[in-house]
Amino acid sequence: MLDVRSPLLSVKNLQSWYGESHILHGVSFDVHQGEVVTLLGRNGAGKTTTLKSIMGIVGQRSGAVTFEGRELIGLASNQVARAGIALCPEERGIFASLTVEENLMLPPEVKKGGLSLDTIFELFPNLKERLGSSQGTKLSGGEQQMLAIARILRTGARMLLLDEPTEGLAPVIIQQIGKTIRTLKQQGFTILLVEQNFRFASTVADRYYVMENGRVAESFARADLDANLEKLHEYLGV
Amino acid sequence: MFEIFGIPSTALFGQLLIGLINGSFYALLSLGLAVIFGMLNVINFAHCAQYMMGAFAAFLLLNLTGLGYWGALIVAPILVGIFGIIVERCLLQWLYKLDHLYGLLLTFGLVLIIEGVARNFYGSAGLPYTMPESLQGGQNLGFMFLPNYRAWVIVASLTVCLATWFVIERTRLGAYLRAATENPTLVRAFGINVPLMITLTYGFGVALAAFAGVMAAPIYNVSPQMGSSLIIVVFAVVVIGGMGSIMGAIVTGFGLGIVEGLTKVFFPEASNTVIFVIMAIVLLVRPAGLFGRRA
Repeated sequence: MLDVRSPLLSVKNLQSWYGESHILHGVSFDVHQGEVVTLLGRNGAGKTTTLKSIMGIVGQRSGAVTFEGRELIGLASNQVARAGIALCPEERGIFASLTVEENLMLPPEVKKGGLSLDTIFELFPNLKERLGSSQGTKLSGGEQQMLAIARILRTGARMLLLDEPTEGLAPVIIQQIGKTIRTLKQQGFTILLVEQNFRFASTVADRYYVMENGRVAESFARADLDANLEKLHEYLGV
Repeated sequence: MFEIFGIPSTALFGQLLIGLINGSFYALLSLGLAVIFGMLNVINFAHCAQYMMGAFAAFLLLNLTGLGYWGALIVAPILVGIFGIIVERCLLQWLYKLDHLYGLLLTFGLVLIIEGVARNFYGSAGLPYTMPESLQGGQNLGFMFLPNYRAWVIVASLTVCLATWFVIERTRLGAYLRAATENPTLVRAFGINVPLMITLTYGFGVALAAFAGVMAAPIYNVSPQMGSSLIIVVFAVVVIGGMGSIMGAIVTGFGLGIVEGLTKVFFPEASNTVIFVIMAIVLLVRPAGLFGRRA
């Protein structure tokens, strides 16, 4: 698929290290305004590290990460967030010492135009009921995941990095999260999704990048999915 | 005069008052330690020296610039807090990824240096600091005599402690602090400047110690070792309350001051050790402390 617009987020030859270990060996891909792009790959392929490297929370990184034409590679993670990128981490990162409401209100507004609380509660009706709950971590896994997504929608960041939002959740909740992602796309959010659950990814993604050993091995658009299915199974080992 | 359990009421209430005064200082100091430990993961042994610096700052402000007690109560904590910020930026920030022991050793070294400098210039005999005129005298409550200054210390300490608790547990800034204590990386990735917050937290904790030091100046002698005699008890208070627990530090601070005072009345021989006996029992029964969360 040829896209003549300049990408919203462009990653070029991204390398990163945790201490001595070299995790990413030159990752390159683009995400365009309003797209849902999925990084697929086995455990340890470097998907989560890619998100963390974009965010600036790995030990050391090199290469280029441009967002809205601005180079982010030298910035600290708080400055990356202020540029308008928000992360929903794999472990969800709900704070035990904060109430549900405090968890929801924690991330500061980085740009104008974040979703209002009313809109967020329309997306996640269960959260409104649990707002009075004393401890964020007393919520069920699904509710915690929704809280983790909900709190970054408030901030005005229009580029969302979602790290395995369906991991360990029941099918009915996975469906709800899929619906949410499609709604967010309609509202103009740009989403970079990391997934192991290929079936889920295929319900929301516009394009796929397959990662292997810290590199992007393959990329294809949604329309080419069926043609690439066999190859994909090989990469993912399913 | 009447008697309670065979003890004259004036003696009982007198010791209770002393207990509350000591408790006020225990609470202020252990609160600062708890705030610093929660955020920086550093056991700030220099707390006692920073408390002493507060008292010395009050003394110097009065004698060099003529600034009195009330001015010193504001200016001294700010000056010592700035000193704390410099220490954090230059020294402590390099230790966060290491074991607690490194922070403890570094801050212990700072104590030796700061106390040594103070002793070099002012000797160890102690310097007088007069009580502000507005707080001299006292009230006769019928069952006991309450000096105005002591009443002020208790009220001021309680107010500062509860205000600190409120900010940390009930405000948005406090939510940032609590969240950053749990997961600083993620809080930073939300766009909050966590390193700056850590620096300011240390400055605030140090300022609390200096505030206690100014309040102590008219009661205790202003001397280089005034903090060292207190710090061990304050550490015991922190251990009993639970490392990093804000309310725990406040309640145990006041509570143990009172227990110590009462022990002086009923069993004077044990008054110096009672806090450590309680610490041993708490460690046996609830190793995380009375208010501590299990890690």
